[in-house]
Amino acid sequence: MKPLTLSAFTLTSSLGVGLRAHLDALRAGHSGLTRCAFESAQIDTWIGQVPDERLAPVTGTGAGSDCRNNRLAQLALAQDGFQGAVARARERYAAQRIGVFIGTSTSGLLHTELAYRHRDVRTGALPEGFNYAETHNCFSLGRFVQAQLGLNGPAVVVSTACSSSAKVFGSAARMIAAGLCDAAVVGGTDSLCLTTLYGFASLELLSKTPCRPFDSERNGISIGEGAGFALLELARPQEPRGTVQLLGVGESSDAHHMSAPHPEGAGARAAMQQALSSAGMTACDVDYVNLHGTATRSNDAAEDKAVYDLFGTNPACSSTKGATGHLLGASGIAEAVICALALREQFMPGSPHTQLLDPNLRVRYLLNTGAQAPRRVMSNSFGFGGSNCVLLFGLAH
Amino acid sequence: MRVFVESVGLLGPGLVGWPDSRPVLVGIVPYLARELVLVAPDVLPVVERRRTGLPVKLALNTGLDALARSGRRPDTLASVFTSSGADGTVNHQICETLASAQRDVSPTRFHNSVHNAPAGYWSIALRSRARSTSLCCFDWSFAAGLLEAGAYCVSEGEPVLLISYDLPYPEPMHAVRPITGTLGAALLLAPSATTDSFAMLDVQTDRGGRAATHMVDPGLEALRVGNPTGRALPLLQALAGPNATTLVLDYLHDSVVTLMVSPC
Repeated sequence: MKPLTLSAFTLTSSLGVGLRAHLDALRAGHSGLTRCAFESAQIDTWIGQVPDERLAPVTGTGAGSDCRNNRLAQLALAQDGFQGAVARARERYAAQRIGVFIGTSTSGLLHTELAYRHRDVRTGALPEGFNYAETHNCFSLGRFVQAQLGLNGPAVVVSTACSSSAKVFGSAARMIAAGLCDAAVVGGTDSLCLTTLYGFASLELLSKTPCRPFDSERNGISIGEGAGFALLELARPQEPRGTVQLLGVGESSDAHHMSAPHPEGAGARAAMQQALSSAGMTACDVDYVNLHGTATRSNDAAEDKAVYDLFGTNPACSSTKGATGHLLGASGIAEAVICALALREQFMPGSPHTQLLDPNLRVRYLLNTGAQAPRRVMSNSFGFGGSNCVLLFGLAH
Repeated sequence: MRVFVESVGLLGPGLVGWPDSRPVLVGIVPYLARELVLVAPDVLPVVERRRTGLPVKLALNTGLDALARSGRRPDTLASVFTSSGADGTVNHQICETLASAQRDVSPTRFHNSVHNAPAGYWSIALRSRARSTSLCCFDWSFAAGLLEAGAYCVSEGEPVLLISYDLPYPEPMHAVRPITGTLGAALLLAPSATTDSFAMLDVQTDRGGRAATHMVDPGLEALRVGNPTGRALPLLQALAGPNATTLVLDYLHDSVVTLMVSPC
């Protein structure tokens, strides 16, 4: 594929609001995970929550879309000069030539969960004024981002569980290649809700401690929330030093099980291989892999096998989910932005909460943040339904 | 953007498979909206068959209807699934459980609640590791899926199967998001003309101002406006007939997708 430049990017999660907060926290090895006290949830687990007081209501013409998910998107879009960068792109390309490709798994589902507690006793109806299109429907997020950024090109929401906001990079690259738009805003937002907390609890996949990816004692995930966005444009021949580019995308299906990964990581490996070939690269070109690394027994074992079989111990690897929690539909963009930061700021993030590496896992795993400067990094995202997506980023020459 | 149509799948009320639906769409046989009966397809392993809800049965059977008249290998064929609401029933059941005193969410319901559940079951059923995505674009989900599938075809130079499906929510969600009928439509698209391709499709997006193409039959028109996948019916009607046609699909609030359909 033709490289795409990330002209601007931003991230908000439990680790902080905006890039500076993330950079400082990642360098210091901090974690945003806290004991779960979300809404009325009675679950013994840890979560990565963005403080409620940071989530201002959506007001004005967009008030109909007010819900936790869109509040989170609103907060993230206001950071790191992102809206200004999109406004300048709008002047270069025109609003209808910039696509919006956004990922989410649960959109504004929390809003509906709360509405179900206030149904009319007699008729069972939802409360007056419940706005399905702008809060519950997955596309409510795409519509909200388009409106916030004043864009009216092609727009769609990708919802493939935990690979959603990685796959948007593939959609954007193809839409640009096909000439349907000239530039694209990609990203994703997922917010805490009871469906995912109780749903993952029912699958016995929630850890009672902060999640510990690749640790011998790992015992499940910590759910997080967050929002991240990036502006993608076709790379120009002379990009400034330190410019981050998307070089390759790989996508595959496991064809194995709805909620468990293929034990040999066959689908994951196919996606990594495809990301390399779409970039015209080989395994020895990658310096760092940001693993999906959810900290379930099965995910980390399968992913370790897939990465080790393809790369051996050449690249340094880590999962940043001990820092942010598992952002589900937003994990793809969150980890893409972390990779972009690692390239631009010349570091490799470590793995807070992981203490004793599982001796059965073989990749070269980074426990602590290192000052090594990666030139090419890979980000893995794997989701329910066996949906795999791998992104390859590098610095412009 | 130009793609070639190799095969079509269609399942809906009174529209049972593409071969029987063609004469209905072109008006040779009158349209009668009979309830669609869906069973889990045999290609799914028995244990998975028991776990599937109506949306999975609908999406898979629609895709299989298109594959039935195609020589393409299903295990390497890329797919694009698109739906406004995916499994609204499971969503409703989980919300009811969470509003009750006992919040025991069923693990099977939870994994079926993801928007990409049909894509997951599809890959298991057909043992396909091929690329697949699952989209939502509210009422414009079919048009958005067509753009994604077309862009895939053109940029990757590979065929792709587009599967669009939508079905009603139970109450109380139905009152806030009414969807008419249970409807699935599939298109197998290729980047260039083949011995199987029977129509050329030129696809472009335009700023608004033009009205979407309607269906003349009142029953089919009700399905077009009442079900997001129904927005595909004017295109399917054009593909069912012998003539070159230009038609317009609604896309987002202020845009349209214009399609030129040329038999080949």
